[in-house]
Amino acid sequence: MIAAVIALPALSAALLLSLGNRTNKFGPWMAIGASASSFLIGFWQFLQMLARPEEERTVITTVYEWLAVPAAGFKVDFALQLDQLSISFVLLITFVGTLIHIYSLGYMSHDENQRRFFAYLNLFVAAMLLLVLADNYLLLYVGWEGVGLASYLLIGFWQHKPTAAVAAKKAFVANRVGDFGLSLAIMTMFIVFGSVSFSDVNEGVLGAPAWVSLTIGLLLLLAACGKSAQFPLQSWLLDAMEGPTPVSALIHAATMVTAGVYLIVRSASIFNASEVAQTAVIVIGAISLLMGAIIGAAKDDIKKSLAGSTMSQIGYMVLAAGLGPIGYVFAILHLITHGFFKAVMFLGAGSVMHATDDNVDMRRYGGLSKVMIFTTITFFIGYLAIIGIPPFAGFYSKDHIIEAALSHSWWAGAAVLFGAGLTAFYMTRMVVMTFFSKPRWEDDVHPHESPLSMTLPMILLSIGAASMGIILTNNHMFEHWLEPVTGFVEPEPPFSIQTITIITLSVVATGVLAAIWQYRKIAKVAPKKVSFAVTAARKDLYGDVMNEALLMKPGQALTRALNIFDKSVVDGFVNGLGLFTGGISSRLRKSETGYVRSYAMSIVLGTAILVIVLLIVRL
Amino acid sequence: MIQTVLNSIPTPSFEYALLSPILIMFFAACLGVLVEAFVSIEKRRFAHLIIVFTSLLFAFFAVALQSGPNGRALVANGTVALDGPGWILQGTILLVATLSALLFAESKVDPLGDAFASRASTLPGGEEEKTVTKLGWTQTEIWPLFLFSICGMLLFVTANDLLVLFVALEVMSLPLYLLAGLARRRRLLSQEASLKYFILGALASAILLFGSALTYAYTGSLEFGQISNGISSANNSPGLLTAAIALVAVGMLFKVGAVPFHQWVPDVYMGSPTPVTSFMAGAVKVAAFGGLLRVFYVAFGALVWDWRPLIWVVAGLTMVVGSVIALAQSDFKRMLAYSSISNGGFILVGFSATNRPAIAAVLIYLIAYAFATVGAFALLTLIREQAGESSTLIRWKGLGKKSPLVAALMSLFMLSFAGIPLTSGFTAKFGVFTAAISGGATALVLVGVLASVIAAVFYVRVIILMFFSDPIPDGPFVVVPSVFTTIAITSSALVTIILGLFPQLIIDLISSASVFLR
Repeated sequence: MIAAVIALPALSAALLLSLGNRTNKFGPWMAIGASASSFLIGFWQFLQMLARPEEERTVITTVYEWLAVPAAGFKVDFALQLDQLSISFVLLITFVGTLIHIYSLGYMSHDENQRRFFAYLNLFVAAMLLLVLADNYLLLYVGWEGVGLASYLLIGFWQHKPTAAVAAKKAFVANRVGDFGLSLAIMTMFIVFGSVSFSDVNEGVLGAPAWVSLTIGLLLLLAACGKSAQFPLQSWLLDAMEGPTPVSALIHAATMVTAGVYLIVRSASIFNASEVAQTAVIVIGAISLLMGAIIGAAKDDIKKSLAGSTMSQIGYMVLAAGLGPIGYVFAILHLITHGFFKAVMFLGAGSVMHATDDNVDMRRYGGLSKVMIFTTITFFIGYLAIIGIPPFAGFYSKDHIIEAALSHSWWAGAAVLFGAGLTAFYMTRMVVMTFFSKPRWEDDVHPHESPLSMTLPMILLSIGAASMGIILTNNHMFEHWLEPVTGFVEPEPPFSIQTITIITLSVVATGVLAAIWQYRKIAKVAPKKVSFAVTAARKDLYGDVMNEALLMKPGQALTRALNIFDKSVVDGFVNGLGLFTGGISSRLRKSETGYVRSYAMSIVLGTAILVIVLLIVRL
Repeated sequence: MIQTVLNSIPTPSFEYALLSPILIMFFAACLGVLVEAFVSIEKRRFAHLIIVFTSLLFAFFAVALQSGPNGRALVANGTVALDGPGWILQGTILLVATLSALLFAESKVDPLGDAFASRASTLPGGEEEKTVTKLGWTQTEIWPLFLFSICGMLLFVTANDLLVLFVALEVMSLPLYLLAGLARRRRLLSQEASLKYFILGALASAILLFGSALTYAYTGSLEFGQISNGISSANNSPGLLTAAIALVAVGMLFKVGAVPFHQWVPDVYMGSPTPVTSFMAGAVKVAAFGGLLRVFYVAFGALVWDWRPLIWVVAGLTMVVGSVIALAQSDFKRMLAYSSISNGGFILVGFSATNRPAIAAVLIYLIAYAFATVGAFALLTLIREQAGESSTLIRWKGLGKKSPLVAALMSLFMLSFAGIPLTSGFTAKFGVFTAAISGGATALVLVGVLASVIAAVFYVRVIILMFFSDPIPDGPFVVVPSVFTTIAITSSALVTIILGLFPQLIIDLISSASVFLR
């Protein structure tokens, strides 16, 4: 049954891609149907899981025996693990995914390749579901690569634009670096534990030496950095905004980029066993959350600013996941609430772009609240959620992360608190520049509200963004729900919870007020004369420069060196061998004379040789 | 007196149901002869097609229905052994032969008609040939010949008696000698191939027969089980037995095209009409290895320590020589002939392990190879020039740009031959190499891996030619075939992909059935 959740969108994608233009008419509807049915099946599975007692909630279904090399003791099944963690993701992916499918119906209605777009969306949903439902790392890797492929295809969907094509390639390459980490981690697991299934690895890591959990942990962290756009592999995410906005909302905000967090939480047992690896996770999370927020505050492109925000929010999740059992639950909680509020804001951004002739420059917006009432309200709910105003969803998840971080160490706590202030600043800036302040658009632009197919998903998502926090944290429900999978320890912060809430809210208020003060007047063109810090932030904090210096340049040097080695040594050897073989080949070819008599002679001689060999053996 | 003599002869037992696949093919072939005699010339082709495909279908069903655990028995007085490998081989032969039959039946790709000479007796290039070609005559005798050959193969892979084996070999081979000479285009080459094949085949048969006689002289029996018993109990001169094994081995190794008994393969494969070549590289190869397996595992199984080094030598030579000479080939059909030889070497590697996994590995390799090779030859029939098939490799430059589908399918089969993962070729090579390592022949496996590296060069070169070179002017064109060839190509491609993606399906099926009855 659970296999159908993956199979439906996969089948739909296969049909749409293989049948081609014949499916143009009903294709989008079929795609929406596939995604929606996946959600319904997932929801049904969720209800059934609720009905089962807590200890029977994990169900592993073996679909078929996938790979087996008995000689090497290697066996991997195509098996799906349904538990509290995976079902949470299934519901998030299919629910948000379905809404974004519906939104795309309006957003992509004028695109001639609409069918292909929906096929890729379905492909993404199927791959992402495989990623979170796999019961072993190898199958997870298949899903991991699958979402990477879908992401690549969708970022470059408008491949006629060189920027989109380059961005797609960049995302692909940056992800390869991370994927390399995952594949090495899987190989290490197989060598050390002889298995790659979650349960065997969890068991094996208990008795393994410290270097094992450290190595695997760091490799998994590298993988997570690639997929989740964390420092130092973050630079692709900003460029990925070249893709259509629904893609940015679904893949580069709500689901795919959070796969790294899933990976870390799923591998809890490995990180629990290595404090060094955990600290590395926290440091990466802290750097990313501050970097993302600073970049988000400097960008005038609304989508890039949101992308910086995504990087920052995932930084929160990664940091929380690095805290260990006090943080896993909150990482996932924030992931889910973020999925809602970030998706609604991206869709809102798409709606704004739709209204202003695909302009993404916030300096050319302003005053849109008067013409786009639904977009403004839903976006504003998302805004309140992300900066953490009670009772909106972000307040609950972020507050818990701050508590957990403070009970870990002062510096982790300081990072998340400062991040909360920055978040409030850049989000307020965005809202002010876009919806309030004076209109700055050109005279020939006539902003208008988007069609129902676009506003309806935004409304539904904003309801989630408003209420998810209260619903999930009511009576510690979410902690109890995930505890059997990830483990949970109550955080013990140095101050009382009320004090923390008050501190947090005052930091947030400072950020909000600072932004309102700063952006009381907005120039139509970004000011040139700015401080060094702003220049740096506008250039993504030199992420690309760093990539070039750290990865590209040494990589190119290595390639050149290898090339020389290859040309002189390897090619020399291979060509020599080739010439040698070729020479033998033409000699041997002459034995093929075409004369029956020589063939018969060869048979007779061969017979004689066989008899002699046999006689020698018998002696 | 006469009565006592008669009583001493046992009444032969004859299990009609279990032997039905062989009998169906036999009666269908006889029916085909009657069709030749009594049906008017316009309706013959149609009548033959009905008979051939119906009988193949029925025979396959007969195999499928009876191959369960209850269908394992020594029948016909112990001269025929129907066991797991026997049934699998019969089923494979029938399926692969069906694909070849589809190619035999194709008459759309060549504007002149099917792949066979309008009348075999006309002088190549003469006036009479032109007349009968213009009249659109067809040589429908190919069909009964084809059916007799299959009948022989089905018997050959289940023969449990050296005499039955010999008869089956002849029933299988004689029609092939004829079929090889019936090409419509390049008839001289075809007739030469036919004659060469016949002469050398006769020589090999004689050697096999001589070996059988020596075996009888040593053990006093022709039946495999009793030969095995006889070898363990007899204390005659071992020289006799050595010669017997060597001679039987030569007879069988000739048929599989192992080095140094391989030289007929390139000439015959190249000269024969391509559908017949596909039949020889596919079904005949399966049959030949099936017979080889049974003779050496059952009859000479007790002497495995004696003959195994011999197989090692032959296997190593076959892989290396086949792959190395293939490098220098400029003609696609000839290249595939050498590929067939070198693939035979890889099968012998698995064969040399002589354990249960080895039987399964050899069977899987045969299935994977047979389907891929039929697919490759079927595609060759579509790539044409005015004068017929275009088999000169250099002229295939840029074919991928002109006809991406044909080039992509061809690449699939080439990758499978090269043993690239996710194709059936990988599953197959992996199987024989693992079996050989478990049988202790690690050095031979190293040779095999090296040989497959060499082999990959010429397979991949075809892909490079098709996709990474610019088309030449007045190069070959690709014709759209009728439903016959389309089915053949699609099925081979599907088998190649499925065996690569889900190898476990077939491995489980075959591993559970890989025990010989003795």
